[in-house]
Amino acid sequence: MNYQLVVGLEVHAELSTGSKVFCGCPTRFGGEPNSQTCPVCLGLPGVLPVLNKKVVEYAIRAALAMNCEISRHSRFDRKNYYYPDLPKNYQISQNYLPFAYNGHLNISIKGAVKRIDIDNIHLEEDAGKNLHGEDTGLAEDSLVDFNRAGVPLIEIVTRPDMHSLEEVEKFMTNLRDVLLYLGICDCRMEEGSLRFEANISMRPEGESRLGNRVEMKNLNSFKMVLKALEYEMGRQENLLREGKTVQPETMLWDEAKGMTSAMRGKEEAPDYRYFPEPDLVPLVIDPEWLKEIKESLPELPQAREMRLMKEYGIPEYDSAVLTANRPLADFYEETVRLFPNGKMVSNWVMVELLGRLKERNLKIEDSPLRPSHLAEMLTLIKDGLISGKIAKDVFTEMFTSGKGARIVVEEKGWAQISDESQMKEIVEEVIRENPKSVEDFQGGKKKAITFLVGQVMKETRGKANPQLVNKLLREKLQIKSKM
Amino acid sequence: MKISKKDVEHVAKLARLRLAEEEKEKFGKQLSEILEYVKKLNELDTEKVEPTSHVVPLKNVMREDEVRPSLPVEDVLRNAPVREGKYFKVPKIIQ
Amino acid sequence: MNLNELTGHEINKLLARKEVSAIEVTEAVLKRIGKMDDRINAYVTVRSEEALREAEEIDKKIQRGEMGSPLMGIPIAIKDNICTRGVKTTCSSKILHNFQPPYDATVVAKLRKAGVIFIGKTNMDEFAMGSSTENSAFGSTHNPWNLNAVPGGSSGGSAAAVAAGETIFALGSDTGGSIRQPAGFCGVTGMKPTYGLVSRYGLVAFASSLDQIGPITRDIRDTAILMNLICGHDPKDSTSLNVPVPDYTQALVNDIKGLKIGIPKEYFGEGIELEVREAIEKAIEALKKLGANVKETSLPHTEYGVAIYYLIATAEASSNLARYDGVRYGYRTKSERRKAKGEMVQMYEDTRREGFGDEVKRRIMLGTYGLSAGYYDAYYLKAQKVRTLVREDFDKAFKDFHCLLTPTSSTPPFRIGEKIDDPLKMYLSDIFTISANLAGLPAISIPCGFTKGGLPIGLQLMAKPLNEEMLLRVAYTFEQNTDHHLRKPVLDADKKIATDDH
Repeated sequence: MNYQLVVGLEVHAELSTGSKVFCGCPTRFGGEPNSQTCPVCLGLPGVLPVLNKKVVEYAIRAALAMNCEISRHSRFDRKNYYYPDLPKNYQISQNYLPFAYNGHLNISIKGAVKRIDIDNIHLEEDAGKNLHGEDTGLAEDSLVDFNRAGVPLIEIVTRPDMHSLEEVEKFMTNLRDVLLYLGICDCRMEEGSLRFEANISMRPEGESRLGNRVEMKNLNSFKMVLKALEYEMGRQENLLREGKTVQPETMLWDEAKGMTSAMRGKEEAPDYRYFPEPDLVPLVIDPEWLKEIKESLPELPQAREMRLMKEYGIPEYDSAVLTANRPLADFYEETVRLFPNGKMVSNWVMVELLGRLKERNLKIEDSPLRPSHLAEMLTLIKDGLISGKIAKDVFTEMFTSGKGARIVVEEKGWAQISDESQMKEIVEEVIRENPKSVEDFQGGKKKAITFLVGQVMKETRGKANPQLVNKLLREKLQIKSKM
Repeated sequence: MKISKKDVEHVAKLARLRLAEEEKEKFGKQLSEILEYVKKLNELDTEKVEPTSHVVPLKNVMREDEVRPSLPVEDVLRNAPVREGKYFKVPKIIQ
Repeated sequence: MNLNELTGHEINKLLARKEVSAIEVTEAVLKRIGKMDDRINAYVTVRSEEALREAEEIDKKIQRGEMGSPLMGIPIAIKDNICTRGVKTTCSSKILHNFQPPYDATVVAKLRKAGVIFIGKTNMDEFAMGSSTENSAFGSTHNPWNLNAVPGGSSGGSAAAVAAGETIFALGSDTGGSIRQPAGFCGVTGMKPTYGLVSRYGLVAFASSLDQIGPITRDIRDTAILMNLICGHDPKDSTSLNVPVPDYTQALVNDIKGLKIGIPKEYFGEGIELEVREAIEKAIEALKKLGANVKETSLPHTEYGVAIYYLIATAEASSNLARYDGVRYGYRTKSERRKAKGEMVQMYEDTRREGFGDEVKRRIMLGTYGLSAGYYDAYYLKAQKVRTLVREDFDKAFKDFHCLLTPTSSTPPFRIGEKIDDPLKMYLSDIFTISANLAGLPAISIPCGFTKGGLPIGLQLMAKPLNEEMLLRVAYTFEQNTDHHLRKPVLDADKKIATDDH
């Protein structure tokens, strides 16, 4: 019997607003411990939350991009549980009336489109951070830093719609691309600004009921999510094959050991005692505001991919690579605007630019070479001022120095020799020194001219304009044969 | 409405209150009486009544996304029962 | 003339005419506290030196002719659940015994700016949970009219301090009657404003949807003056109403001719004590004579008030008080039941066990139970629905009446210890004051008489939301034509101390 994997994801994305969701403290990552806190986010006695408008705007952006319905009326609830990183020992969240629901995100699997349903997206506040063991050097104590407490979060809850690791990976990648495109989350998993939890179960192929599911936490990178799922898939399948049952529980991924282990001290089902947050008033999303946000949404990766293919005539593969992130696609389109040859630009961006960025471990935003530089270089090629071969050197030089193409070519003396009189001399010299090839050519071996062109290029160290060389060689050789 | 000892223990655990045996009994009895009393609400049919969470007719109270100064770290930690450097210190948390 | 027995507006005149100094007033109040407070126990913290220093600064300003606010240089007592920067704010709880807020509550910031002198922080029922100020980690407060009687609660310290001349006026907080009932028990004036009119920022939350800060004073004019200062929109409180604040002293008109006053019959049932009923009936007669049109009306859901209140308030409290866990501030257990599994949980459980008193624990338990899985609909949601019915009763009544009149409490001040072991009985003593909180209405308690034993009786007026001016007008007219508010408890050390004959 074969087993089918069933995965649903819960994604926490920190919104990159300037201030926290309910107070004015900065959301910046990496500050000195407890330096980005105030009475409100520390949950001191007597404080009250006030909602950051931009948080709502960002959250709506995400919901629209994920094709959600936006609730006209929503509100906040308190989720009550005790944990040292949770200052009030309740988290302000949305349980009864989340602001967005019934959405989806498409992924493409082997050329076919698959739809992953999103159950709901809700707003909440992040908790602080507990440090244990090796992070503290303390054997019997833990330490708490509240800088992160109150950073705005959206939680995106999918339906259990993913049935392979590839689908999970595609979904995670697409989701990240969307969030980055929207400019609402920096998606730095290593800093915790994008976090995944997975619900995983297995069921016999063809069975429609869901099996007992395990909730997995502590997944700090895409790779870890996939590794953990793979491990857990195997573990659950083995249990089922042996006729045992999978315990529905919460498990942690242990990266060092490469295995999952049950979370201790969670033997009882949690009872969060949700009730409406009395300190915040209802959120009623005005249709005008919604319209405004809708109109301000940037083009999303999937739509852009389709448009680029159509508009610039580039293959699907190119378009997918170029739209993988917004700054890269912006770079591409800006270059094409200055040099309207889609395919040529995409070749240079995909091969040379991405290659070099990878070598130097740089992001496209940090590239010293700008679209105007690349477009200028491509224009030089088109105008026959440099050869394709020289262009690679020009590119390297531009990438290192950040200088423009014309300046590089000028400084290095890399302009093609397009001056006929200067070239004539070299052509005549080559003819003189290669009587054998001249003879071959004149004897009908037309291919012999390629060798002669090569010789001219060698003499000029590649700077000769190949078309000009060809033209001059033919002229000379024909004159000679008539003699 | 009689609250069992088990209920009392469950609620005490949820509320992070450790109760002595005689307190469990005392609270159990008192809570049972109170819950018996509040049963009188069931005399009313509230099928079609909207709940009141807020008495104020307010909605969409929001602030602009402006960063304001945080508290100086010393003020943050001044009231801490136990601290270690710039952190709050607590007994070891078992995950 | 004892300066500490004057009203705020009387002192303001003397200060403006430079007949007395702020230091003299402050000294008079401090002297009175020194003499009386070991018997009354109205204060948790007295700021003797700081208050005198502040008074000195104020006097300099007055000398320079910078007489600003009408409250300038007048001593005030603040209930100990309102945060004061750098001054201990304990909520009369062991769990906050050493807590010094790094910030001021919005009302405190406003008072500070107005040059009010902060005399100290007053005793209360722990976290405002109680009706007698017996639930304090720092001992019961005693009623100045009879030291064996309770001063009411939870703002018992504030009300007792005003009655005993240990301050000029005070701030309290009212969740189910915690300003009005102690004002009634102590023979002073206490107002609970419309929910949302006074910022709750800095008021340590008991039940967020019910809590409201308000003044406790010796007369209505002082109430109006304090209201002028503390009311108004606060961007730090999302439930704060953004409405213009009128000058409440303009409402102090000695005229109620033609005003329609409703008497809800549900407030005059079996539970009400004869002396209270008689005093209220006398007050009604007086108001009629002054031209009011008084008629019986009905608030049919009154009897459900206590049940609704104790479900909603305890649920909110169970969550609001979860933050007292020994991690960031306040008390942490010294018990070292560590080494075992779940050390963190044990730290929480021992801290909260040792830090909270019985009444607080009882209410946390009740609130937690009412929110726990499977019970939410039956308790919390049900209570919220019946709360809607209570509000609708009032909406209907205010179509016919300008205000409603009831006793503040069904009984005069009871003896210390009398109800402490019977929580339900204690809860039921709040029945007349709770509805105003459930509906968010403004309400006021004013003195309207005394028992034969010399204990004060309070009269409550309620109006529709934001109609504080109506309450002030009726209360002022009543006050101008009676003298209950002028009586003072006999408490001086050189006279016979009232101790018994309740």
